[in-house]
Amino acid sequence: MRSTRLVTVALKSIVKNKMRTLLTMLGIIIGVGAVIVMVAVGEGAQSQIADQIQNLGTNMLVITPGSSNAGGVSQGSGSFNRLKDTDADKIRSESAFIAGISPVIFTRTQIVGGNGNWRSTVHGVSTDYPVIRNWALTSGRFFDVAEERTGKKVMVLGATIAENLFPNSDPVGQKVLVRNIPVEIIGVLAKKGQTPEGNDQDDVALAPFLTVQRRLSNFTFIRQILANTYSSDDIAKAQEELKGIMRESHGLAAWEPDDFEIKNQDQLSEAAQGTTQVMTMLLAAIASISLLVGGIGIMNIMLVSVTERTREIGIRMAIGARGADVLTQFLIESIVMSIFGGAIGVGIGIGGAKLVASLTGWNTVVSPDIIVVALVFSAAVGIFFGFYPARKAASLNPIDALRFE
Amino acid sequence: MNDTKPVVEVKGIRKTYVMGKTEVHALRGVDLTIEKGELIAIMGTSGSGKSTLMNIIGGLDYPTSGAYLLDGIEVNKLGKNALADIRNQKIGFVFQGFNLLARTSALENVELPLLYDRTHKIKNHRKAAIDSLTLVGLGDRVDHYPNELSGGQQQRVAIARALVTNPSLILADEPTGNLDSRTTVEVMQLFQELNAKGITIILVTHEDEVARYAKRIVVLRDGRIIKDALQQPDSASADLVKLIQRQEIEHDEPELAV
Ligand SMILES: Nc1ncnc2c1ncn2[C@@H]1O[C@H](COP(=O)(O)OP(=O)(O)OP(=O)(O)O)[C@@H](O)[C@H]1O
Ligand SMILES: [Mg+2]
Repeated sequence: MRSTRLVTVALKSIVKNKMRTLLTMLGIIIGVGAVIVMVAVGEGAQSQIADQIQNLGTNMLVITPGSSNAGGVSQGSGSFNRLKDTDADKIRSESAFIAGISPVIFTRTQIVGGNGNWRSTVHGVSTDYPVIRNWALTSGRFFDVAEERTGKKVMVLGATIAENLFPNSDPVGQKVLVRNIPVEIIGVLAKKGQTPEGNDQDDVALAPFLTVQRRLSNFTFIRQILANTYSSDDIAKAQEELKGIMRESHGLAAWEPDDFEIKNQDQLSEAAQGTTQVMTMLLAAIASISLLVGGIGIMNIMLVSVTERTREIGIRMAIGARGADVLTQFLIESIVMSIFGGAIGVGIGIGGAKLVASLTGWNTVVSPDIIVVALVFSAAVGIFFGFYPARKAASLNPIDALRFE
Repeated sequence: MNDTKPVVEVKGIRKTYVMGKTEVHALRGVDLTIEKGELIAIMGTSGSGKSTLMNIIGGLDYPTSGAYLLDGIEVNKLGKNALADIRNQKIGFVFQGFNLLARTSALENVELPLLYDRTHKIKNHRKAAIDSLTLVGLGDRVDHYPNELSGGQQQRVAIARALVTNPSLILADEPTGNLDSRTTVEVMQLFQELNAKGITIILVTHEDEVARYAKRIVVLRDGRIIKDALQQPDSASADLVKLIQRQEIEHDEPELAV
């Protein structure tokens, strides 16, 4: 009853002194707004990375060579911890969960033809590759099993190469030179965009594995083996199964550690998000400092306001307010102002996040969690920084307060 | 409340302010008993200790030594919170500078003491405040803000605020100090009216013009009572009638048509 009245008194005092209220809240408004925008930018970046990883393929598993160090002892030449095309063959013939599989071999080279030449990367892959990567064609066709087996000199161009070498025309049927070897273009891939690292996925050409391995490059080093499962439910089981097949294929004894790594897309996005997470936390920390400064601002103005309102406090005490009543009133005022300021800050933060998104084209995400955190934090700031001024007000001597000019 | 018991019993009160090495003896042994229904003026030159005595009687300050009983309660032995409750329940303050809250309507100002009333003896704050304002003749000004009221009206609001908790005692320190002579008489008329209803009133003044409306005069000098005498008070309402008549003769102009 009395405490609800004290709330009313505090609210009235806040409403009656709009300028003072606004100044008090300003720091919190800016602080919370900054936190919301910063975290929105960080989370936006993270969700973009997650999207990009999902965009890499469907139900995809990636096998890469493991580190050549095991138990701190270098494994020498490391020849046996490389991936081999026999690994892929073994998986293809033995696995129950794997729908498609493709070893990937790269060569960085000049592609000459059409408008001139273009430096790019040619990937040697299997016919399963476009399915695993969920990659459609805009023109032509992908190579078939026969072309793959015979290592035919055919190639599918990524959108970036196609645009650069053959602007405004369909390259299908044309020939390009790769290391002076003529290769026929049989298809063009749809645009896929950037990887989380910012690489252009479309700046690539795909050719049959054998073609790249035997004819276009002298490398036999397989960078990765891509595989996919029939359904997302199989991913964990497939991962386990692939591990066994790979260990067998590499002839590892029971005590030897894996010399390869198998990651699914969730694990890939976690890894890719690591740095962004640090960045998000850093941004949030910086923004939190402004919230802290906002809190100090509240304390500052509350302290000034206690001095300014000394007479009011004296009057209240003379007519029977206890120290606790004055303390409660000032504390409620500061909490209400900081929560209210926090709410305005949330509004401004949401608007700011949208503005940043539209100005920079970045992805920004304002999650409900951060709104709740910001509001709770504002209230905490109000209590923490309001307490000292409120204590000061409550400890005034009524006679001195009344005499104060 | 027992009518035979005095409202205020001050026994051998001393108040010493220590300022660095010097000691200021504001009160040097004051004995004073005030019965219910008195209208008493405390007089004395500046610095004689009037306000100091009022602050102690009003429960705003503690005496350095001596005893003070209010309605039989040993106030000088109470803690801060109990003292705040005493101020709320038993004492109504009226100050020279009115001390109303700015940007707060007359009604809200008068309601204020009820906010801190822990006994909840008055249920309807608004009604009590309006009654109190009506009693001081401001029933038609309840929603006015202090800056929309004359000095005399502001002091009436302050008196209404002092009355709203039905205190045992009204303490007024130089209540007319900021008012002109006519308004002074008006306020004194109000005090006399309230006193006639049985309310005990102590006022501090150094003007004989004000003190002559009191029933009893106490004079302080250097922290001691040097005179304590009953007197036949003048009637403020009679003086007011005379004042109005005189002003009407001085400003005998035809009324302006609106
Ligand atoms: N807080 C204080 N600290 C030190 N000395 C004080 C304090 N309050 C009052 N005094 C001193 O006590 C004495 C009595 O002061 P008090 O205010 O009671 O006088 P007063 O009679 O009310 O005077 P006035 O008519 O000017 O209001 C004065 O000498 C004054 O300087
Ligand atoms: Mg004084």
